Amino acid sequence: MRRFLLRRVAHAAFLLLGVSLLAFFFSALAPGNYLDDLRLNPQMSSERFSALRAQYRVDQPVALRYFSWANALLHGDLGFSFAYNAPVAPLLWPRARNTLLLTTTATLLVWAIALPLGAWSAQHLGKPTDVALTWATSAFLIVPDLALALGLLVLAVRSGWLPTGGMVSVAFDEFSFAHKIRDLASHMVLPVIVLVASALPVLLRHVRAAVAEALDAPFLRAAEGQGIPRRRLLYRYALPAAAHPLIALFGFSLGTLLSGSLLVEVVMSWPGLGPFLLEAILARDVYVVIGGVLFSTLFLVAGNLAADLLLYWADPRIRTEAEAR
Amino acid sequence: MEPLIRVENLVIRHTRQAFGGRASAFTAVDSVSFSISPGATLALVGESGSGKSSLARCLACLQPATSGGIWFEGRDLAALPEEKLRAVRPRLQLIFQDPAASLNPRWTVLRIVAEPLLIEGRSPALEREARAAQLLARVGITAEYLQSQPGELSGGQRQRVAIARALILQPALLILDEVLSALDCSVQAQIANLLVELQRAANLTYLFITHDLRMAAHLAGEIAVMSAGKIVEQGPAGKILRDPRSSQAQSLVQAAAPEAELVEAGSEP
Repeated sequence: MRRFLLRRVAHAAFLLLGVSLLAFFFSALAPGNYLDDLRLNPQMSSERFSALRAQYRVDQPVALRYFSWANALLHGDLGFSFAYNAPVAPLLWPRARNTLLLTTTATLLVWAIALPLGAWSAQHLGKPTDVALTWATSAFLIVPDLALALGLLVLAVRSGWLPTGGMVSVAFDEFSFAHKIRDLASHMVLPVIVLVASALPVLLRHVRAAVAEALDAPFLRAAEGQGIPRRRLLYRYALPAAAHPLIALFGFSLGTLLSGSLLVEVVMSWPGLGPFLLEAILARDVYVVIGGVLFSTLFLVAGNLAADLLLYWADPRIRTEAEAR
Repeated sequence: MEPLIRVENLVIRHTRQAFGGRASAFTAVDSVSFSISPGATLALVGESGSGKSSLARCLACLQPATSGGIWFEGRDLAALPEEKLRAVRPRLQLIFQDPAASLNPRWTVLRIVAEPLLIEGRSPALEREARAAQLLARVGITAEYLQSQPGELSGGQRQRVAIARALILQPALLILDEVLSALDCSVQAQIANLLVELQRAANLTYLFITHDLRMAAHLAGEIAVMSAGKIVEQGPAGKILRDPRSSQAQSLVQAAAPEAELVEAGSEP
């Protein structure tokens, strides 16, 4: 077990190193930097400009910059934001938290819907109910997230039932605790719907395919031939057999917790990482962008690691294989 | 004597429908009739694609028949609703060709064999496992393998486990669908002998499905030759082996003859 874990963690560290290198050098490839815009300002003397360049180390070669940045990162420092004139980490944390609130809720909902619905669909493979469901989810798949989000916003504006953006009402601080929860929840409804609607069709099809394949396996046929009841067949035989691809997918959906909702956040003006990163990219605030990328990668890696551990736990074959090595 | 199972004019048709296209029907089994007396073995021999496996799945109630009747222990299986069928299922068991696929790869041997006992209602886990271990010993799986997973066993051992799983519910009829063809020659003989032994001990009835005419003659008193979904010839095993009437049976006899292999091997440049 320990060797299995160690190998996975080493793998993850290596991946993070690679991503940090790529993120850093690619953002260095982009022409110009945050300070270049200041040069256009007639009130800025060229001495002051050079001093700023030296202060932010923009004048140094990119390899040197990477090393001093990586060194700071190892000490828990994500660098400095040009635009906010503040360290990156405290800027990222609260926004990441807001994003996670949204995406965790949506992810849990998607899985809670997709697992039973997909299994049910697989059991009725090819029957009218299954076909209808497939068509309905295909329709969802075709509608772009952006159109869905805008459509829902129009509905919200016309009906006035739900808030049309942001995370809380203006007077949030004065509300009682229960009122605060209700206010937050009502703001979450629309973005969560969009996130669920965009993730559900794909996941549903994966669950359906995985369970359908498992249901067709000879060992399940054998169990069916022995008169084992349907429910037991589905939950004790087919779902564990179908778990392999689903656990990998679950790891992936954990991995996209930070990056999956960027577009929705921008459209629905949710104060998460999405609008923040978009702004930083446009302003060439490189350390914020790299910090955001690294953060998302960390989640992706952690999600995959979690999936590996879950698989290890769920599948005895992997356990024996890992121990044999 | 009243036959244990009687199949009459059984037809199995698969329909396939391409997206937006016309449905096309393919007749896998075309009005097949036969019957087997208790304790006897009927071998169903045919080349691949002749409808043997469709027939096996249908007899094991895993696939509905298009028309025709299956009378088993006096009841028509085709007419039984699912709940009543479940009571019959333990009496007729199907063993599959590939034991690597037909055993749950995640479970231990002991659990695989003990699991079917769950349907008989509540009995203590220890008792179920003791019965499973006893039966496993009878088919030649010793105690050291009880906690192994199927992946750790050899092909022959896996098929022994599959046989034990089928026998634990004390069936009257075993449908053996190419159970020997995934195994080595020497292992084939061992498993075949085991099947004969078990049949004598428990008065089991076998439907032995194979493409190997020699093995069919070894195990069964009667042989039915199947081709393109139909039974083209049926009779005592010795007679079909010596004097095959239909061209299909003749080619199977030729394929089964040991000289045929030698001639073919010799003709290679």
